[in-house]
Amino acid sequence: MRFPRLPIVIIVDLFLLYGVTLMYARGEAAFAMLTLMVAASGSWLMISKGRSNFHLVFPCLVMVAAFIVLPLLYTINIAFTNYSADHTLSCERARATLLGESWHPAGEYYRLKVFREGSGLRLMLLGSAVSEEHFLTGPVVNNDTRQKVPAFVSSHRPAGAELSPDEVSGKSTILANLVILLPDGTEVTMIAPGVFGTSIRSYRIAEDQSYPDQSLDLIDNRTGETLRADMTTGYFTRANNAEPVGPGFIIYSGWDNFVRVFTDPAIHNPLLKNFAWSVMFAAISVGLSLTIGLLLATLLHWEPLQEKKIYRVLLILPYAVPLFITALMFRGLFNQDSGEINLLLTRLFGSGLPWFSNASLAKTMVIMVNTWLSYPYMMILCSGLLTSVPDDLYEASAIDGASPVQNLVHITIPMIIKPLVPLLIACFAYDFNNLVLIAMLTDGAPHIPDSPVGATDVIAGYAYQTAFVSHDYGLAAAVATLIYVLTGVIAWLRQLATKRLQ
Amino acid sequence: MAMVQPHNLHRRLWAARLAMWLFLLITLSPLVMLILASLESGNMATDSLIPRHITLEHWYLALGIPWEQADGTVIAPSFPVLVWLWNSVKVATISSTLIVTFTITGAYTCARLRLPGKRALLALMIILPLFPPVLSLTGIYSLFDQLGYYASWLGLDSLWSLTLAHLGGVLLPFWLLKGYLATIDKSPEEAACIAGANTWQTLRYILLPTSIPILVAAFTLAFIASITEFPAASVLLKSTDKLTLTVGLRRYLQLDPLPWRDFAAAAILCGLPITVVFLVGQRWLVAGQRVIGLRD
Repeated sequence: MRFPRLPIVIIVDLFLLYGVTLMYARGEAAFAMLTLMVAASGSWLMISKGRSNFHLVFPCLVMVAAFIVLPLLYTINIAFTNYSADHTLSCERARATLLGESWHPAGEYYRLKVFREGSGLRLMLLGSAVSEEHFLTGPVVNNDTRQKVPAFVSSHRPAGAELSPDEVSGKSTILANLVILLPDGTEVTMIAPGVFGTSIRSYRIAEDQSYPDQSLDLIDNRTGETLRADMTTGYFTRANNAEPVGPGFIIYSGWDNFVRVFTDPAIHNPLLKNFAWSVMFAAISVGLSLTIGLLLATLLHWEPLQEKKIYRVLLILPYAVPLFITALMFRGLFNQDSGEINLLLTRLFGSGLPWFSNASLAKTMVIMVNTWLSYPYMMILCSGLLTSVPDDLYEASAIDGASPVQNLVHITIPMIIKPLVPLLIACFAYDFNNLVLIAMLTDGAPHIPDSPVGATDVIAGYAYQTAFVSHDYGLAAAVATLIYVLTGVIAWLRQLATKRLQ
Repeated sequence: MAMVQPHNLHRRLWAARLAMWLFLLITLSPLVMLILASLESGNMATDSLIPRHITLEHWYLALGIPWEQADGTVIAPSFPVLVWLWNSVKVATISSTLIVTFTITGAYTCARLRLPGKRALLALMIILPLFPPVLSLTGIYSLFDQLGYYASWLGLDSLWSLTLAHLGGVLLPFWLLKGYLATIDKSPEEAACIAGANTWQTLRYILLPTSIPILVAAFTLAFIASITEFPAASVLLKSTDKLTLTVGLRRYLQLDPLPWRDFAAAAILCGLPITVVFLVGQRWLVAGQRVIGLRD
């Protein structure tokens, strides 16, 4: 069977080329370039004759490049921009938004009468001080999308029934999305319920388009002032007035975000707290769950314990139930007012504990829950490693009359420690960035004042909260980039260490 | 059976059992409490762990069926739990299928065939999982935000973009497949090669039929990773009927007063199928993680 390579490549390429054209036309040159490169190299690999085996790896590589490497590099890219709540658009798009804005000159308004017309509507604009004439619109479709309807001069009442004011206010979404075009070309839109007014574009493109200085300039239709895109602040500003005109746009801000991380105490104090907590949390969790897991694994490895298969399944359960469910479960169980755990504590000791409002208690709870979640994994790991320890070692120690503790310390641990260490480092790294557990269990609570984070947030949580709660994407990306660098250094050191050991 | 046994074996055995039971009692009680909570009526706090008024109220609500109380008032389900489950299953199925389909050839090439620059490629595949995907969230969010300007089905609040984002989970299945393909016997392929089969034919007729179990394992691995993924889903999805389980169930716990028992039923309902898949797939999961030395 031959794989019909050429037709498939041609069809896929046509689609991609269409996409590339579309992207380029909208000014996204970077995206267009990237797609073009992937498409070109892919097509070449698929159809070229003297092939290496590279075409077989290609789909896999594209996935890695597009969904792992690209987001990673793009995050680093964002770290050097001012991307934040006030600057979410590209300069072109901010300009397009401004060009779409309009204003209503005072006094030029019309009151409204709405009539039924089949399944749709027909509107009558009653003349005001500006124009004595009444206008009647063409048919308006009864849905919420934006529609442009022409109107003509007429004081003739349409045949359909007139809507009551209540019914009119029920149609307000339709009316708000309506643009009425009068015979002389002016546009009329809704300014208040039941009132329509002349709508004039606030800005127009500056006539002088000499490249490159004024290429983005706009002119305010009301005052005639020029608006210039200020590439140092990321706002359009008037020539004589520095006050920014929203919306802001994204600009490259150099090392600003990194400087903020290192010099602004309001940023690096909570960040350092989160960092210290991440290290502590990961270290204690790994230590505790390893201890419990190793003990259980040796116990399950003990032959006289015949029913160990049942124990094994039951012991794995905390790991088998998905993390997001168990973590949310503990959030409910530990609830200060109604949780089962405080209910038990109240029964036993007379009062419950403030699990979510006291930082130390919250941290204790997070560590307890994470140990509960991860001891089964350690147990599985250790069980696997224990099978490789030769039985005669234990035979020999039994003849010598060694106790179980002596067996553990002098035989088991030395035998499994070497293959275990890299796995423990991986577990540490996983817990260090265990955002999911914290997001499910505490949401970072208790909150650290004047910061986006809480005392139990791990450092990845700092980046997450900064980006998606404070909407300071640039700063979040800078923090993420710093963690990337840190991770890279640790990985490199680990590589060096393993080379030394070998 | 070990030959030498200590004289006090019996006492030690019972001590071990007792410790094991005590430990199991502590570790399993939270799960039992969750089941009990799902059966007690109402969402008000009570002063007892054992349900007094056993009812299926919360299970009805979790299944999306309105519940009529004894006094005639009807409680409507607060969240579309089954829709979330279905969303999660859709995203996980499509992304895992794509991942497995596209990794087969890549893993096969890296395990068996000559490839210029293979060392560098494998080094990249080892290094990349060290950088946690949580940190790329800003990039993922911004990329899909911009894609949405051209195609809204690939923008924010779309399950398609989440499906694409989950394709980033390709590394673990890749290493699982590659590790497996490197260990199995080479001779059938060599025989096929001598008989004149090309690469495709060898892959299609020799390797694939014998690799079905490991492909299922790789699929399970990717499936579980996708269905339990939270960060990207929480950032990309917004409207209630488009959420996946991880983001949706979290909404219960953010309400005040806490609909604790409604959550309990919904959590068990959705957690059970995933747990079963997990228990079936866990031995491969651990094997795969060993290969790569990673956990997520």
